[in-house]
Amino acid sequence: MNVTIVDYYSGNISSVLNSFKEVAKYKLDLNINIKLSNKLEDIKNADKLVLPGQGSFKNCINSLKGIDGLEETLKEQVLVKKKFILGICVGMQMFADYGEEDGGSEGLGWIGGTVKKIKVPSEFQENCKLPHIGWNGAGFYVVRGAIADKFTNGFKAEDKHFYFVHSYIFHPKDSDNLLGETYYAGQKFMSAAIKENIIGTQFHPEKSGNDGLLMIQNFLTL
Amino acid sequence: MLKKRIIPCLDVKNGRVVKGINFVDLKDAGDPVEQAKIYSDGGADEICFLDITASNENRDTIYDVVEKTSKKCFVPLTVGGGVRSVEDINKLLNCGADKVSINTAAVQNPEVVEESSKKFGSQCIVVAIDAKKNGDKWEIFTHGGRNNTGIDATEFAKKMEDSGAGELLVTSMDRDGTQVGYDIELMSKISSMVNIPVIASGGVGNLDHLVDGIKLGNASAVLAASIFHYGKHSVKEAKEYLDSKGIPVRI
Repeated sequence: MNVTIVDYYSGNISSVLNSFKEVAKYKLDLNINIKLSNKLEDIKNADKLVLPGQGSFKNCINSLKGIDGLEETLKEQVLVKKKFILGICVGMQMFADYGEEDGGSEGLGWIGGTVKKIKVPSEFQENCKLPHIGWNGAGFYVVRGAIADKFTNGFKAEDKHFYFVHSYIFHPKDSDNLLGETYYAGQKFMSAAIKENIIGTQFHPEKSGNDGLLMIQNFLTL
Repeated sequence: MLKKRIIPCLDVKNGRVVKGINFVDLKDAGDPVEQAKIYSDGGADEICFLDITASNENRDTIYDVVEKTSKKCFVPLTVGGGVRSVEDINKLLNCGADKVSINTAAVQNPEVVEESSKKFGSQCIVVAIDAKKNGDKWEIFTHGGRNNTGIDATEFAKKMEDSGAGELLVTSMDRDGTQVGYDIELMSKISSMVNIPVIASGGVGNLDHLVDGIKLGNASAVLAASIFHYGKHSVKEAKEYLDSKGIPVRI
């Protein structure tokens, strides 16, 4: 299986590569071949895609759109060929129509919604800092279909923790795209998204210890 | 609910751990990669390496350590010590560090913080503030605590937040190595002044000190070195203790 982690110069993504390689070591039967690349050929030849993202929405989407042919190729593979894609952190946020960070920019528009800064109500300001950094729980919906069930397999019953670092959250237009929710600063926000073959996590599975590795394994075995 | 973090810190010199976990079954007690792995397997929420390599010719050893650790530990890895430029930060991130902590350079050249947070994102920029009490205020010390800059620590903390730091690692130089507990007054003062998370450091001698750092110091995370070394306490014990005191932790 060819897995391409899309490298659009969004900063350091060696953690993503290392974690996928770690899972591949224990899943020899899948014969996983992991590549970090932005070559259109590698995107076309991939069976599964990973879209990481760090830093600001604007920087990320501008770098992605700045690589000749990348957006169109991704679109064809994801929206037409329906290949599985996992967006991580800003990678998931870019699936949205629009992101308000740094004056605002258009996203990929694959999952309807807008990315906005977390509003911390005054009564939470003393204890709820921004960025939202650290380990937080995520509750996953059980009614999102077979793909969602497989992706979140092992995470339904217990209170599992994942590593977050972000100040912006994705508000989906359609609540059917809500796969997981997390509580912070007096509100629930979307910490995992799904729309058919498009999956995203606001948290970093690559930095979430064994549970994160299990989730990556779930994605690779979809 | 967001959990409070426990961050064990390892001092690394010339690629080797200086103080560390003293486990008899360790193959190589001086290997930072192996010690980091023990901590992450034991439930550490993050790992911190402080590079205290003095000589320039050995400075590159940390890159190799970071690269190997990031292939084995799947929790966030923060690396600090001797970080001077945006290029140093870039190199550490490329080797697999998730965050880089900047100390002296942030004081001497605050543009490094501004530039690097713009370039790599605030999420990976930690500013380390070493402060010592002088009268009724705290002053910033640099170069591993040797130079007094006279700069007010609380004002500097605010300035670093404005420059784009994602977190502040606040160390009390009065308490560091004393094992009598964090400087709670310093932690709570800085924490109340900024909206970014504060990591408390310097002075932990027992598990109650961790509780105080969070409850009284209002820290988002507690960093400790010696209580986790030599097997005095495990990270798991620390978490269970915090949990018993009503502090939300990841167990």
